[in-house]
Amino acid sequence: MNDTICAISTSQGVGAIAIVRVSGESAISIVNQIFKGKDLTKVDSHIIHYGHIIDDNNIPIDEVLVSVMKSPRTFTTEDTVEINTHGGIAPTNKVLELLLEKGCRLAQPGEFTKRAFLNGRIDLLEAEAVMDMIDSKTEIQRKMAMNQITGKTSDLINELREDMIQIISNINVNIDYPEYDDVEEITNEILIPKIEKLKEKINKVLKESENGKIIKEGIQTSIIGRPNVGKSSLLNALLEEDKAIVTDIAGTTRDIVEGKITINGILLNILDTAGIRDTDNKIEAIGVEKSLQMIEDSDLILFMINNNEPITEDILELLEKIKKKKYLILINKIDLKSKINKDLLKVEPNKIISLSIKENQGIEELKEKIVELFHMDEIETKDPTYLSNTRSISILKKCLKRVEEIEKAIQENLPIDMIELDIKSIWEELGTINGTTYEEELLDEMFQRFCLGK
Amino acid sequence: MKCSKDFAWENKGSDNMYEIIVVGGGHAGCEAAYASAKKGHKTLLITGNLKNIADMPCNPHIGGSAKGIVVREIDALGGIMGKIADKTHLQIKMLNSAKGPAVQSLRAQGDKVAYPEEMLKTLRSLENLTIQEGMVEDLIIEDSKVKGIILEKGEKISSEIVILTTGTYLKADVLVGSTRTRQGPHGEKPSLHLSDKLKEYGFTIKRLKTGTPQRIDRKTIDFSKTRIEPGDNKYLTFSFDLEPQYKIEEQVPCYLTYTTEETHRIIRENLNKSSMYGALDDIEGIGPRYCPSIEDKVVRFSDKERHQLFIEPESRYYDDMYLQGFSTSMPKEIQELMVHSLPGFEQAKILKYGYAIEYDAIYPTQLKASLETKIIENLFTAGQINGTSGYEEAACQGLMAGINAGLKLEGKEPLVLKRNEAYIGVLIDDLITKGIRDPYRLLTSRAEFRLLLRSDNADLRLRDYGYEVGLISKDQKERLEGKRKQIKECFTFLKENKIKVTKDVEKKFLEEKIPLPNSTLSLEQLLKRPEITMEFLENFIEIPYNEEIKEQVSIHLKYEGYIEKAYKEAEKMLKLEQKQIPADIDYNKVKNIASEARQKLIEVRPTTIAQAIRISGVNPSDISILSVYLKKEYGKDE
Repeated sequence: MNDTICAISTSQGVGAIAIVRVSGESAISIVNQIFKGKDLTKVDSHIIHYGHIIDDNNIPIDEVLVSVMKSPRTFTTEDTVEINTHGGIAPTNKVLELLLEKGCRLAQPGEFTKRAFLNGRIDLLEAEAVMDMIDSKTEIQRKMAMNQITGKTSDLINELREDMIQIISNINVNIDYPEYDDVEEITNEILIPKIEKLKEKINKVLKESENGKIIKEGIQTSIIGRPNVGKSSLLNALLEEDKAIVTDIAGTTRDIVEGKITINGILLNILDTAGIRDTDNKIEAIGVEKSLQMIEDSDLILFMINNNEPITEDILELLEKIKKKKYLILINKIDLKSKINKDLLKVEPNKIISLSIKENQGIEELKEKIVELFHMDEIETKDPTYLSNTRSISILKKCLKRVEEIEKAIQENLPIDMIELDIKSIWEELGTINGTTYEEELLDEMFQRFCLGK
Repeated sequence: MKCSKDFAWENKGSDNMYEIIVVGGGHAGCEAAYASAKKGHKTLLITGNLKNIADMPCNPHIGGSAKGIVVREIDALGGIMGKIADKTHLQIKMLNSAKGPAVQSLRAQGDKVAYPEEMLKTLRSLENLTIQEGMVEDLIIEDSKVKGIILEKGEKISSEIVILTTGTYLKADVLVGSTRTRQGPHGEKPSLHLSDKLKEYGFTIKRLKTGTPQRIDRKTIDFSKTRIEPGDNKYLTFSFDLEPQYKIEEQVPCYLTYTTEETHRIIRENLNKSSMYGALDDIEGIGPRYCPSIEDKVVRFSDKERHQLFIEPESRYYDDMYLQGFSTSMPKEIQELMVHSLPGFEQAKILKYGYAIEYDAIYPTQLKASLETKIIENLFTAGQINGTSGYEEAACQGLMAGINAGLKLEGKEPLVLKRNEAYIGVLIDDLITKGIRDPYRLLTSRAEFRLLLRSDNADLRLRDYGYEVGLISKDQKERLEGKRKQIKECFTFLKENKIKVTKDVEKKFLEEKIPLPNSTLSLEQLLKRPEITMEFLENFIEIPYNEEIKEQVSIHLKYEGYIEKAYKEAEKMLKLEQKQIPADIDYNKVKNIASEARQKLIEVRPTTIAQAIRISGVNPSDISILSVYLKKEYGKDE
């Protein structure tokens, strides 16, 4: 029962620091696996240590302070580690993800308190309060699950499970009714394309969990356009407004990161680009190449056009390149005389924002459009949805790993009934996302789809 | 039937007082009576008709997927079904032999004359067992404790424990077309009042339904239009103690045929004449999902052009052939048309018509894991009365009820098999925890630990229990220990012996198209490769152990990863099994539990947290709240 649990214990959002708490038998050894600094298994209790959290490739995720507290003098009375990260959603989340990968389980709401109680840390008189608390938190959890299972992601997960139960029930029918020759006998060969499709779909679901990704990593935003259309002024205007920090630390992430702002609690990583134009200049050509690559990596393109310059062929060419992405067209310098014909752009009018950065016009409208474009008003940055996203994503990743194991098992030509065990475990795992793993489902499926019996 | 003799009484005791009375002589009753008497308890087996001891009123198989493993488990524990089947069957097969070891399962074609005869012989040889004919219509109950039985004419027989194994005989109705007749299988008298009495004592009763197809005269079937299905070409036994009792070449074959367009047309046109499709409007019984009638199949799977039918011999001693897949409740004249539309059956003579049967069963969440009822002490129930279907499901419950009744008399803890120990454990836990919707059949898919519950290791899993409860002899136990020792030695042998890649070795590998190892490897390392078998290795070195030992070792090496995963999962479950829930818990006092969960917990009264988790409708949050409550109220330190 006392497996090791972890959770982000501070409220989500962009704070100065955040605390990830880990409790349980393996708390110290698990954190030690992702900590670069002192060997935490050898340090004294109740002392804070400086170091870095690193991923599997030794790449530092965040600079942290880690408190190691050994049993029993802790809140839960179990070995406990608290990791102080540098706030921000992305690094804190990455730390949590690493812990889950290394074998921690995401704590249920109230679970630390529950453990404290069960381990006799909290007075028995507090029991009632604890129960009320667990109950109310569970309600949140339930809602969270409900939130999660409405919408596209959930449809995809249900679809995935539906595909899988068909395979599973078919194999089970083959096992339980081996002599029925009118039921297709699933073999490893038949399974290969099905498993491939499954893998594809899981990958797709992972992609569809866009909200989660947005919360976690922010929106990669590129401002592109010809030179002197006002890209840098836009960036400055956005940054100024939000009093965000301009990061100019070379070599940290990408050398073209120019600034970060938050809108509705969601992070925008804004990249300014070299002006894009056809050029014979070799050095500039490299810059252009880079900009094109950046378009590829972006979640949002802000395409700037000068109101005062006619629209040229190369602008339209470039526009074609970004149309497969989420984009907004910003017509700047509306304080000057208009020399453009908007019809040439061939885009929906709601994709176009007219602004004058100089006059501080249209910036708010731009922000509203971004909120709209990413449904940011629907993304809850408080605990529930956020946690549930992390959870589903970590489950999905686990499933993907299992799918790879299945591919290997098929290659080794293991019996189909062994492989079915793996498929079923994925099906069950996926079911925990919306809490619907139930044996009867499988039995019903077997008897509804196949014609069996005496 | 050959076994019918003209005695009605076989009393080996003199006074009218028994330790254990078993009511019903079907598969559950036989195992229960056997276990109880074998354990040394003075036992009475009471049956409606001696002719029907261990009767097989429906299909003629013993075993089958999952069920075959149950028969092995029964044998491992010291029950008798496997041995009787081994001595009398018409043919035997290993199902799923091309699949992995976890899903392989034996199935024999039983002999409906020889099997009951052999069973009766075995039961009669028991010192402590009396067999008597009679209809039980009531129980003697004092202070919620059973004290004996009351027969049809008011005669009372007292005992300390009663085991009810009444099968489908509680208020049984046979349905054919638009007629409903109150009778059991073979036109036997049903028990008319017992289920009402049980209701009076507080039991919830559920009405269930099942059906059986026609029996056709072997001499009138043209088998040239069917496909032959012989037994396996390899000697097999259910029992861990018996050598094969048959000759491969003397096995009796089964046959396969299909329904035709014509059959489907007849069924569709006469659908309203079937009891189940409107000819009878008072059907309450819920039929098994896995045994649809042919009407159901034609209606529900209307796009299917044909349905498979198995033609199976019932006995060496008569000509009835069982027509599996053709179960129906159509009137007789329609059944004639249907049968004659089958290839090979144009001239077929129907010896018995198909029918459906409705009967009463006890809702099984009213039972403890020992199969003792919760509301009446010393009353046990086993078999179809608990809502299961199938001879094997019945037999294993009978065995467990017999064992646990005996243990109770001896003042010992009951034997409760866990889900990771036996299919029997899965079955009983499912019954008492989840209840039933339709007659319960064991399926491989019900066992989450099927990789551990294999046919090949039933003895290793369960014989020690059989020995502890006194059904397995010292000799048998010693043989088991010998087997365990050899398995260990074989593992060591494989670890210590290596194969060097010589020219000859290389040649053999190439011949078999097996990738050549690039260095000297131990036999153990080689065997872990999926494509290398013991048999292949014996090209290079003799492995001095018998097939049984080699099989065990090879399974463990080949599926190590999967088996380990299963053990880990089982361990998780066992930890939760250790978290006991006190019997006196008042769920109404547990605050904040969801009301559906509360209701289910009150109904099932799980004994452990693990069992509580398996109840549908009880969520993880309810479990958290429950554990906090337990800690608070009972202060258990787990």
